[in-house]
Amino acid sequence: MNSIFTLIPLFPLLGFLVIGLFGKKISKGLVGIIGCGTVFVSLVLSVYAFSGLIGGGEKSGNSITIHLFDWITAGNFSAPFNFLIDPLSCWFLLIITGIGFLIHVYSVGYMHDDPAFDRFFAYLNLFIFFMLLLVLGDSYLTMFVGWEGVGLCSYLLIGFWFKNNDYNKAANKAFIMNRIGDLGFLLGIILIYVTFGSIRYKEVFDVASSFPSSKPVIIAITLLLFVGATGKSAQIPLYTWLPDAMAGPTPVSALIHAATMVTAGIYMIARSNILYTLAPISMDIVAGVGLFTAIFAATIGLFQNDIKKVLAYSTVSQLGYMFLGLGVGAYTGAVFHVTTHAFFKALLFLGAGSVIHAMSGEQDIRKMGGLKKYLPKTYLTFFIATIAISGIPPFAGFFSKDEILGHAYTYNNFFWLMGVLGSVITAFYMFRLFFLTFFGKFRGTEKQEHHLHESPSTMTIPLIILAVLSVVGGFIGIPEVFGGTHWLHEFLSPVFSASDLKTLPKEMSHSKEITLMVVAVLAVCTSIYSAWFYYLKKENIPVADGVAINPVQKTIYHKYYADEFYEAVFTKPLNWLSEKFHKIIELKAIDRAVNFVGESVTWMSGQARLLQTGHIGFYIFAMVVSIILILFFKLL
Amino acid sequence: MNTAILILFPLVAALLILFLKSEQVKKFALAFSLIELVLSIYALSKFKINAEPQMMVNLVWIQSLGIHFKVAMDGISILLVLLTTVLVPLIILSSFSREIKNPNYFYALILFMQMALVGVFTAMDGFLFYIFWELALIPIWFICLLWGGENRARITFKFFVYTLFGSLLMLVGLIYVYLHTPDSHSFDIQALYTAGASLSSAEQTWIFWSLFIAFAIKMPVFPFHTWQPDTYTNAPTQGTMLLSGIMLKMGTYGLIRWLLPLAPLGVQQWGHAAMILSIVSILYASIIAIMQKDFKRLIAYSSIAHVGLISAGIFSLTVQGLQGGMMQMLAHGINVVGLFFVVDVLFNRTNTQELSKLGGIRNVTPYFATMFMLVLLGSVALPLTNGFVGEFLLINGVYQYNAYMAGFAGLTVILGAVYMLRSYQKIMLGETNSLTSTFADLNFNEKAVFVPIVLLIIIMGVYPKPILDIAEPAIKHIVELIHPAVIL
Repeated sequence: MNSIFTLIPLFPLLGFLVIGLFGKKISKGLVGIIGCGTVFVSLVLSVYAFSGLIGGGEKSGNSITIHLFDWITAGNFSAPFNFLIDPLSCWFLLIITGIGFLIHVYSVGYMHDDPAFDRFFAYLNLFIFFMLLLVLGDSYLTMFVGWEGVGLCSYLLIGFWFKNNDYNKAANKAFIMNRIGDLGFLLGIILIYVTFGSIRYKEVFDVASSFPSSKPVIIAITLLLFVGATGKSAQIPLYTWLPDAMAGPTPVSALIHAATMVTAGIYMIARSNILYTLAPISMDIVAGVGLFTAIFAATIGLFQNDIKKVLAYSTVSQLGYMFLGLGVGAYTGAVFHVTTHAFFKALLFLGAGSVIHAMSGEQDIRKMGGLKKYLPKTYLTFFIATIAISGIPPFAGFFSKDEILGHAYTYNNFFWLMGVLGSVITAFYMFRLFFLTFFGKFRGTEKQEHHLHESPSTMTIPLIILAVLSVVGGFIGIPEVFGGTHWLHEFLSPVFSASDLKTLPKEMSHSKEITLMVVAVLAVCTSIYSAWFYYLKKENIPVADGVAINPVQKTIYHKYYADEFYEAVFTKPLNWLSEKFHKIIELKAIDRAVNFVGESVTWMSGQARLLQTGHIGFYIFAMVVSIILILFFKLL
Repeated sequence: MNTAILILFPLVAALLILFLKSEQVKKFALAFSLIELVLSIYALSKFKINAEPQMMVNLVWIQSLGIHFKVAMDGISILLVLLTTVLVPLIILSSFSREIKNPNYFYALILFMQMALVGVFTAMDGFLFYIFWELALIPIWFICLLWGGENRARITFKFFVYTLFGSLLMLVGLIYVYLHTPDSHSFDIQALYTAGASLSSAEQTWIFWSLFIAFAIKMPVFPFHTWQPDTYTNAPTQGTMLLSGIMLKMGTYGLIRWLLPLAPLGVQQWGHAAMILSIVSILYASIIAIMQKDFKRLIAYSSIAHVGLISAGIFSLTVQGLQGGMMQMLAHGINVVGLFFVVDVLFNRTNTQELSKLGGIRNVTPYFATMFMLVLLGSVALPLTNGFVGEFLLINGVYQYNAYMAGFAGLTVILGAVYMLRSYQKIMLGETNSLTSTFADLNFNEKAVFVPIVLLIIIMGVYPKPILDIAEPAIKHIVELIHPAVIL
């Protein structure tokens, strides 16, 4: 009976195969139906699996393992292909298939005029397949299969419009940066095998639970895994691919580069919580990198003028919060934030897509303004999402972010302070974006103004559903201080309880908890007010490119020159090395040496041949000289 | 079923082809190679999964010298025989849409080469192994010399002399061990194993290096590789495919079958050096590949990198490393043939293989673009392709040997993506230009080459178990020979 859940990833795979093989022969309508339909089936099955977990939990021990086949075996290494459905994977199943389905539906409208409509849906279905594989695997290697698979789909979809070589470069960059992380992940997996003799979660964690804390090998494993996470989830230092990834069609940015794929790193660490709890140093590093990324990316978001770039840096920043949560032991909080972020960030991207659609492809917010009256549904839903991401209660983002900040406070007061600073910046750039886009006068061309229209209902219905979720999504985790029960915490407790016991935060008094919340919310409100004052009241518009700005602004505007730095430190030297290896070592040293050996043999044989002159006199002379020499040496 | 049939059949076929007076000689060649494939599959069906060499033929050849015509297959052999019998029909088919001068000689040489290759992979007698090893060189030398590109005379000569030099070193090593076999002397593999293992550490050092250099030239491994990029680039497509797809596996096979068991102490002492050379190969060749302008030459360098990893895995002396090596030999053979066929398709239509002159082809050829992409994914070892299974096990093996070396070897994961994606972008993506705007999509014969390759890439990646199962007992046997103390 459980084997029915095998179909969860198989349906999107089937969709990919059918559309991929026959997409050109069937109508767009049918492509859309197959594309959305297969994901819908997965959604229904995921809900079914979910209901099983909350219904008959105690009977099945809260998890189901399905053995598919033995994949790789060599000596005592074995990597079976198994699926594991437990609360954590099931929760991700719901997010992936739920958001995935909505974005598929949205794409039917958004991509309708694209000649490669079928290819788009084929890739999208393939992505869902790999993403489901990533969370369903019961071992690190199966996770890695999904992990690289989604990377491939990301590459294919960033470079979806492959005539544009800038897009192709962005796609290559994404793949290669991810590969850098993947190498860390791969070595981590191998070290797990070497240490535990297995790569299956259950077997690894069973052995690990008897390990002492801070064992070097566990620190090494967790850090290697984290390297993988920084690549996929766009954390410092491997984050620069994500803003460039916005070259892909907007639904892709929403699905892959905001709601699902980029949260794979969080899933990975949450899944490995037992290992991380054993390595406090790694936890510190995760939290530190997360926090630093959160603020660093947020500041870049302040100065971006491309609507999707702002959202991209915002995603990097929010992912940083999730890592902060993981690092301070708020595993549930991190997963909670993954969830709410999936709602409001997907909504923001889809809203941005609706705006771009209306603006005939324009993405520069300096050329927008006043779109409120043309795009009422987009405006309203975008507004909700902006409030949600800023962390205003009772919208979804507030609860999840609060949980992370609360844990951060008990972990280290300074972390809390920086976290609040980050949300202040977040609120500012989000409302800056919101005001510049929807308020004020329209600043685009007349032609664009003439064309402005609200998007079709295949696009607006997903927006509305996501808006509702962004409003109520936080109620699955109401903190105790409000007298609610943290439903998500209880649901995920089979996965996290062992770690929660070890990293349980010091109890905080309710009054203190409330104080912290109020401070954070007030700070955010002040920030929103300043954005309102500066961009709406004073009607400031970001300056055009090329206008002089002060050096600090300029540095941030150029994203701290990170791309230029990487170019100078990695790309150029590598190309230089490649040239020099070829021209100097290969051709001038090795090959010349080889040829020299060859030529000297030829030369010697040529010289030796000269000795054979055919004059008997010469031979006798040589013989006599030789005999004398031999005798001479004998006498010595 | 016996192994000798698999060797004799291509030889007979080659002779028949040579004297065949028909316009359709290529079709006969294909038919013969397909019969050989069927024969090998039949042999597979009779194969029992254990460490024993099976389907043995053992005839006295030169009594006084203890030389036997002894051929048989264990798991390692049968898989490489299958690689040969699968690839040869594809290689022949890849020439169908091309103009080939003197087709009788061309196809006869390919089949003759197949005979020698199957012989190399199944010989269980040291002298016989050497004979097949040298026999394999002759047809490929003619193929490169007669059907090659511009500088073929000079380049082919260098290739020939270089590999011949290696073979002679190997012969000296084999004879030295042979002279230490008991009383009447024998070239039988078991006798050589016993004799080799009983030699002193100093003697084994010499055996190790004489064999290693021979195999290192064949694979090739840094710094014995400089014949390879020129030869691959100048040889006709089918010659390059034979060289890279099958012939270089003679080198890696030689390591497993002959070097490791023959000089276990030598391996213990000098394996580290071989490991370092292998890893240098990976990095050096990958880095050079990045800036190559000629796509065929780029693949030649990428091949050095891949083989370097195979060699490193083998020298890890772990079951995972050797299994990975086995798997990657097959995967690399298939993928590299696919890649060289991509080059052939490009060159056939545009008369160039320079990256800078191409571009935008994907706009006009969706089918070719997909095939190329899938072969590329196999080559960069994406999970669920054949390349991943091998690469993962190889890096795993190297890691158990030395974690830092695995870190360096693993850089191939990144660098491979760098040069392959860069190539794909330059060739396939962007806007079309005057050269590529009329690029025709694949014809039937070309599809017939790509489809089996692509299917193998995916099937072997998703379900590699049968292959691993077949190889495992033989691999374990080899590992036990090198260090019996290791607990598997």
